[in-house]
Amino acid sequence: MKFGIAVFPGTWSDRDCARAVEVLGHSSVYLWHRDRDLQGADCVILPGGFSYGDHLRTGAVARFAPLMDSVQEFAAAGGLVIGICNGFQILCEAHLLPGALTRNASLEFRCETTWLRVETAETPFTRECRAGEVLAIPISHGEGRYVADPETLDRLDAERRVAFRYVRPDGSPAGDASPNGSMRDIAGIVNETRNVLGMMPHPERAAEAVLGGEDGMRLFRSILGSVEEAGTFAPTVTPAAVGSAPAAPGRGPISDRGGPGRRAPARRVMKETVHNAAADGQGGGGPGPAGEPGGRRRRGAAPR
Amino acid sequence: MRFLAEVVVSLKPVVNDPQGLTVRAGLHQLGFTEVSDVRVGKHISLEMEADTEEGARRRVTEMCEKLLRNPVIEDYAIQLRVLEPR
Repeated sequence: MKFGIAVFPGTWSDRDCARAVEVLGHSSVYLWHRDRDLQGADCVILPGGFSYGDHLRTGAVARFAPLMDSVQEFAAAGGLVIGICNGFQILCEAHLLPGALTRNASLEFRCETTWLRVETAETPFTRECRAGEVLAIPISHGEGRYVADPETLDRLDAERRVAFRYVRPDGSPAGDASPNGSMRDIAGIVNETRNVLGMMPHPERAAEAVLGGEDGMRLFRSILGSVEEAGTFAPTVTPAAVGSAPAAPGRGPISDRGGPGRRAPARRVMKETVHNAAADGQGGGGPGPAGEPGGRRRRGAAPR
Repeated sequence: MRFLAEVVVSLKPVVNDPQGLTVRAGLHQLGFTEVSDVRVGKHISLEMEADTEEGARRRVTEMCEKLLRNPVIEDYAIQLRVLEPR
């Protein structure tokens, strides 16, 4: 599958995300903020950083980037979008997710490992996790205190849209150990249709043992599993790109694509696109993991 | 006509303001113990053209709603005055 990684002026975690995708054994492309083409990405990542210098408010200006028009359209059509750190802030400013991220209660920039309890495995981003398990994933932010009105918070809980909460390493409530003072210890949420996830912690920085942990890969594998199993909602994919790929047996017809219906909601495009590194004009990156879920092995590298 | 619009963006009363609490603690330390509450906000000044004051206010309100404040956490107040022609 192909990840699209947004790059705004001031984004700093784009290459970390590309590396995590490389570890996953798949390919990624960078999506420049002035462009509108999502280049057939199956999942769009809005990475961490300080887009537009965090001027006015975090994410407030990035929301108006041309690329975000396409991301809005992609999300509305059911495409998978994950916003990490600054990406979460952008998603809130863009009203793709409710609430807002404000200054940490400590007023400090916090860069440390946090423990996240998976609150639901019923999202495309957490399906390889078990509800209740604890992941160690680092944060790196000054403005990650999640704030929303009580009605919104109640609704998030009732609809089981809180994906992650900050907890102590043993899974008990964070209490004073909360890294930022988020309401109800919220670290990540999904939208109503569960295809958009925003989270402050950085899964891409827990993608390899050498970085101190691999728990973040659970999210990337979840996304991969979601895309490969169900096909993806990739409204911008071109017929040519799909047509060149072999269709898997039993996956149903793949004629339901193309045409002008880009805005059609939740139009499922059965994807079996194989983007290998050579086809994307990239040299192979590091070797992918020896065995992947689904038994596929591919190599991918994002442009440098 | 040229106007100067001054927009004050402040955190809603229900939103915890750790910056304000820190400033209050600092003031208390300096002996300003009469201070009971501090909120830290933003001040944005805009020079602009408009035909009438009402028109200017309408435009600035639109700017606040679209960009200058985040409706989830912030309130705003607008002050307008006519600038002398240069």
